[in-house]
Amino acid sequence: WTFLTGVSVTMHACTHTHTLTRTHAPHTHTHCSYGLFSSSQTFDKILIANRGEIACRVIKTCKKMGIQTVAVHSDVDSNVHVKMADEAVCVGPAPTSKSYLNMDAIMDAIRLTGAQAVHPGYGFLSENKDFAKRLAAVGVTFIGPDTHAIQAMGDKIESKLIAKAAKVNTIPGFDGVVKTAEDAVKIAQQIGYPVMIKASAGGGGKGMRIAWNDEETREGFRFSSQEAASSFGDDRLLIEKYIDNPRHIEIQVLADKHGNVLWLNERECSIQRRNQKVVEEAPSMFLDADTRRVMGEQAVQLAKAVKYSSAGTVEFLVDSKKNFYFLEMNTRLQVEHPVTECITGLDLVEQMIRIAKGYQLQQKQEDIPINGWAIESRVYAEDPFKSFGLPSIGRLSQYQEPLKLSHVRVDSGIEEGSDINIYYDPMISKLVTYGATRAEALARMEDALDNYVIRGVTHNIPLLREIITHPRFVSGDISTNFLPEVYPEGFKGHHLDEDRCRELLASAAALHVTSQLYSHKILGTQSDLMLCYRVSSAPMDQNNWELCVELGQELHDIEISKSGNSYIFMNGLCLSLQVKVDGGQVEVCGDWNLASPLLPLTINGTCRMLQCLSKESSGNIVLQYMGTLFKVRVLSKLTAKLNSYMPEKVSEDTSSILRSPMPGTVVAMSVKPGDTVADGQEICVIEAMKMQNSLTAVKQAKVKSVHCQPGETVGEGDLLVELE
Amino acid sequence: MAAFGLARNSCGLINGLRVSYRSLVQVKYGAKSACLLQTNIQSDCRWYSVSHLSVKERIEKKRKAAQMGGGQKRIDAQHQRGKLTARERVELLLDPESFVETDMFVEHRCSDFGMEQDANKFPGDSVVTGRGRINGRLVYVFSQDFTVFGGSLSGAHAQKICKIMDQALTVGAPVIGLNDSGGARIQEGVESLAGYADIFLVHPSDLPHHGSLCILTHLMLCLQDTSYLFITGPDVVKSVTNEDVTQEELGGAKTHTAVSGVAHRAFENDVEALLYLRDFFNFLPLSNQDPAPIRECQDPSDRLVKSLDTVVPFESTKAYDMLDIIHAVLDEGDFFEIMPTYAKNIVVGFARMNGRTVGIVGNQPKVASGCLDINSSVKGARFVRFCDAFNIPIITFVDVPGFLPGTAQEYGGIIRHGAKLLFAFAEATVPKITIITRKAYGGAYDVMSSKHLRGDMNYAWPTAEVAVMGAKGAVQIIFRGKENQAEAEAEYVEKFANPFPAAVRGFVDDIIEPATTRKRICRDLEVLASKKQVNPWKKHANIPL
Repeated sequence: WTFLTGVSVTMHACTHTHTLTRTHAPHTHTHCSYGLFSSSQTFDKILIANRGEIACRVIKTCKKMGIQTVAVHSDVDSNVHVKMADEAVCVGPAPTSKSYLNMDAIMDAIRLTGAQAVHPGYGFLSENKDFAKRLAAVGVTFIGPDTHAIQAMGDKIESKLIAKAAKVNTIPGFDGVVKTAEDAVKIAQQIGYPVMIKASAGGGGKGMRIAWNDEETREGFRFSSQEAASSFGDDRLLIEKYIDNPRHIEIQVLADKHGNVLWLNERECSIQRRNQKVVEEAPSMFLDADTRRVMGEQAVQLAKAVKYSSAGTVEFLVDSKKNFYFLEMNTRLQVEHPVTECITGLDLVEQMIRIAKGYQLQQKQEDIPINGWAIESRVYAEDPFKSFGLPSIGRLSQYQEPLKLSHVRVDSGIEEGSDINIYYDPMISKLVTYGATRAEALARMEDALDNYVIRGVTHNIPLLREIITHPRFVSGDISTNFLPEVYPEGFKGHHLDEDRCRELLASAAALHVTSQLYSHKILGTQSDLMLCYRVSSAPMDQNNWELCVELGQELHDIEISKSGNSYIFMNGLCLSLQVKVDGGQVEVCGDWNLASPLLPLTINGTCRMLQCLSKESSGNIVLQYMGTLFKVRVLSKLTAKLNSYMPEKVSEDTSSILRSPMPGTVVAMSVKPGDTVADGQEICVIEAMKMQNSLTAVKQAKVKSVHCQPGETVGEGDLLVELE
Repeated sequence: MAAFGLARNSCGLINGLRVSYRSLVQVKYGAKSACLLQTNIQSDCRWYSVSHLSVKERIEKKRKAAQMGGGQKRIDAQHQRGKLTARERVELLLDPESFVETDMFVEHRCSDFGMEQDANKFPGDSVVTGRGRINGRLVYVFSQDFTVFGGSLSGAHAQKICKIMDQALTVGAPVIGLNDSGGARIQEGVESLAGYADIFLVHPSDLPHHGSLCILTHLMLCLQDTSYLFITGPDVVKSVTNEDVTQEELGGAKTHTAVSGVAHRAFENDVEALLYLRDFFNFLPLSNQDPAPIRECQDPSDRLVKSLDTVVPFESTKAYDMLDIIHAVLDEGDFFEIMPTYAKNIVVGFARMNGRTVGIVGNQPKVASGCLDINSSVKGARFVRFCDAFNIPIITFVDVPGFLPGTAQEYGGIIRHGAKLLFAFAEATVPKITIITRKAYGGAYDVMSSKHLRGDMNYAWPTAEVAVMGAKGAVQIIFRGKENQAEAEAEYVEKFANPFPAAVRGFVDDIIEPATTRKRICRDLEVLASKKQVNPWKKHANIPL
C-alpha cells in the first residue's frame, strides 16, 4: 500500500467508470494501512452539500468506501459533480444564496433522497451551526465537528480566549487602554518589540504605528493618539505585538468523538494574494521538529478544549524568530488538505466519515509520518496581470490536466466544455505534486504547470509558475507579503533573459518553418495522377530560411537550416533545426504536431514544454513559454521588409474610454453624461465573484456618454463610459 | 456601359476587353493627360530606347526598366501610402523564386497626345502578369501597377491579362488578380468560366464600374481603410440624389463586408491580405475539374470532442456560439470564415476534415437567434453554390428557429431569397452532411440541407428539436382560446421538442453523441468521396434571382 492509494489521485475528475489507480509514491516504505473501512460499516448514502472540485473529491472517497452519493446543484451548475454522483437534486437558481446556501432546499433534498449524512465540503454551509443543528434535529449526521465547537471557534474573540485558556500562544497585547507614553513603553517592553500601537476606534491603517524600540514607542504613542483624535475623535490606544513578515502556517488536526486527537503536521500557506492562498505546501521548510511538535501539541490542546471531533485546522502566524501565535481555527476540511494527505498517506475525507459515524481513530500520533514533500497550486480562472488575479469567465474550449505525469494529483470539478461563470468561485483545480524532496516536488510542479492545457479562460498559471521558480520561494524565504514584495509593480509575467529569449525566438521561428513545410503537403488523389504530378512537380525542398521575428517592439534576424538530411511524418513532423538568433546558435528538435496544443521541444538538449495558443496566417503566433504567454510575429525577411511600409495601426485612446476589466455586474454608476470627473474619481463599481471593484477616471474630463446601468451584466472589455 | 457588356460577354473575353478599353479611353481622357504631366517630370531617369546600344544591352535595359515600373519616386510614393508595388505583391504572394513573368516587353500602343514618346512608354505597361506557385501549386497571377499611369487599363494591359487567363484555362489553373488601379475605366472581372477559380484581391482606389465586374469573380478580398468600390462616386451621388456621403461610407471595405455583402473579407493591409490569401489558396482546388484538395492531417480523424457534449445550453432559448462547435470539430481548429461581418446570423467558411477541404454552413444562435433572413439566405446560397462548383463537400450545422417574420422581410422578398438557399442546397451534388444541434423549425429546417434536399447524411444531436415551430407558438395556434395552455405546451414539448419525430421517419439518419461528431463526419466524407450524382440536363438552372 502506497500512500494515497485510496484517493485515486490519478483519475480525471469526471471519470464515470471508477477504477482505483495506484500512484507510485516517491518513497518506498509503507505505512498506515487501511481498507479497514470495509469491515466497519459507515453510511449507506451521503449527500454532499457543495459543488465543484470539493464535491467531486468527497464523492471519490465515498465511492471507494462503497457509499451512495447525492449531489446538489443549482440550475446552471449540473457539472462534473452531478455526473459523478449516484443521484442529484437541483436546489435552486444560480445565486448561491438561493441554492447552495438554501438550507430549506437542501433539507428537502436530504428527505427526498434519504441520505443519512451530509458532507458540507468547505465554504457554503460547512461552518454554519444552524445547519448542523437542523441536521441533528432530523437525525442526519453532519460530517464535521459538533455544533458547540463550530460556534466556539467561529467567534474571533471567544476563540482567542479559549485558546489563551488552553495555553495556546496568542498574539500578546495589552487588552486595556494605554494612558501615557511611559505606560506605552512599559507595556511594550513587557510584550517585547516590535509592537504595534493602534487606535482603539481605528481602521484603515489610520492611527497605526509600528515601534521597534522605546524611543519609537514614545513617538508612536504621540502621533497615533493625535491622529486617532483627529480621525475618529477618540484618542484611546491599544498595544499589541507586531508580527513582522509573518508566515501563515497551519496545523491539521484530526479528532474522534472519544477524545483522541492527532496533529497531522503543518501546511505552509504563506503565499497569498488579498488574504487568499495561492500556493501551499507540506511540510514547511521553516519549522524544525521541535517547533512543529510544540505547535502540533498546542493545536491538540485547543481541539481538546472545545471537544473537537472531525478534521480541523488551527492557523498560526509565525514570525521570523519562529515564535508562533494562534490566529483562528477552521472547523472544516480545508481547500489545501491534499498536501497533508500526500505526506501522511491519510484520506482525510474517509477519516471524517469514519469519525462522524463514531469510530475511534485507528492511528496513534507516532504513526503520523512526514513522507516526502507536497506542493499545491491553486489554478484559478483569473487574470494574474491585474492585481495578482481578477476573475475571468468563459467556456473551457480545451482542457487537459497533466495527469500523464507521475506524482501529480489534480482535484477539479470541471471538464472540457465546462463554463466558468460569475456565480461561483473561479477555481479551476488544485494541482498537487509530490516528491521525496522539496526540489523534486517543485520540479514536478514546473512540469505539471507547463503540461496543463487550459483554453477559453484566462488563468493564473503564469503567476503560479513564476512563484514556484522564484529564487526566494525555492530557498524558502517567504512570508504573507511575498507577492507585493517580489512584484511591487504588480505581476508582469516571466522576464526573459537573453538565453531564454533566444530559445523562444528560435522555437517560434522553427514552428513557423514547420507549418510552412506542412502547408506544402497537399496530396493528390490516387485516381488523378495528373494532379499528383502537377502538385509534386514543384520541387520545394527548401533547406534554409531567413526570417525576421518580432517580439515586443524588437525585430530579430533569424537564420534556420535543417540539420540532419531526412525528416519523416509520423505523428508529426520529426525535424531538427539549427537556428541562428542574434548571432547565437540554438538547436531545436521536436515532433511537430500542429494539431496538439502542447509543443514538446528539445532546445539545445534541454526538454521544454511549450504550448501554442494560436498561429495565424499573418505570422502572429502566441506561445506559452515558461508559463507566460508571448506574442511573436514570424515573417520571412522579405515580408518583414515589405511590412515596414505598412501603416501602423492607430490604437485606441484608452484614457478617454472606460472598459470593464472583467466580467461582472455593474453595482453603481457614479456619473452621468455631462458630469466632469477628476483624475482618480470613481466612475462606477463592478462586482464580480464576491468582489467589488471601483473603476476610476485616469484624467480630468467631461463624461461624454454612459453605456451601462446599475444591475446590468457586462463582459470583459465592454465599453462602460466614454469621456471627452 | 461597356463594363456591363463585358460582364455579359463571357466567351469572347479577349475581344470584349479590347473593345471596351477603346471605348472608354476617350471617356477618361482627361485623367490620363494628368498622368502624363507627372511622368514628364521624372523622365530624365528613363531613357532606354537609345539606338547605339546593342540588342543585348537593350534587352537588359528594358528588363531593368520593367522592374522599376513607374520609377523610384512613384514606388516611394506608393510605399508612403502604405501600399506595396505590383511586383512586391506578386513576390509576397508566390513561393520564393517561383514567378515566371510573361509580356515584360509589352508596351502600350497609344499614339495620341504625346503618349508615343519614349518617356511615356513603360515596358510591361501598367500590369505585371505571369505564373507561379503558392505552396507548390500552380497559379496564374496579374497585378496592376499603380506606379504606371495609376494602374490604368490599356489595350496592352488587357491583352496581357487575357493571355494568362487563356493559358490558365488551357491548363486548368486558377487566376488571381491583384487590383490596384487609379485610372481604371474598366477592370478585369471574369465570369466564372469553367476551369477558373478567380480570386480578386481588390486594392486601393478602384474606380467606377469596377464594382459591377468584381462581383462576378468567385471571391473578393479587400483592405480596411484603403479599398473603395462603387458604381458611382460620392460626387455623382451628391449631384443625383443630393446625398452627402464619404468615399469610405459609400464603398469602403467596411461597407462592402458588413452592409452590402459585396466583398467577402477585409484585411488590415497588403501584407496581411497576401499572407492570408496564401493560406486560403490551400483550401481550394485548382479548377472545377479537380477534387477538393487534401492536406496531410495530424489531427486524428477519430478524435472525440468532449466539449461538444455541453455546448448546447439547457434552456432552449439561451444562445451559444456556433463557432465553438465549428472550431472544435475541424482539423486543428483552422477555419477560414467568409463574410464574417455580413449577415452574422449565418456562418460560412472553409475548413478541413481529416485533411480534406470542406465548406461549413452554420446558423449562428448568438446573432438574431440564428434565424434566416434575406441577407443570411443569400450569403448562404452563394457559398453553397461556390462549394458545389468546386467539388467541396458541404457540412451544415443547423440551429434555426425559422425565417425572420415581418413586413421588412416580406416586402424585401424573403420568399424569393430564402428560395435561393433552398435551391442551392437542393441543386448541390457534392457530399452533404447535416448536423442538427438544436432547433430545426418549419420551412427553415427544410432549407438547411435537410434530408428532403438530398442530404447524404443527416444527424441529430440529442438536443435536437425538429418541429414545425416552437412549442409556445404551436400551442397558441392548435389550442387557440382554450385553457390549459401550459399543459398543452408541455405535451407538445414532450412530443415534438426532441429528435424522435424526425428519426422515426428517417429524416435524420441517426441520433449521435455530440462528442462523436468529428469522427462521424470524417468517416462519412471518406465514403462519400466517390459520390456521383448528376442533375437532369438543362441549359442552366433557374435559380430564383
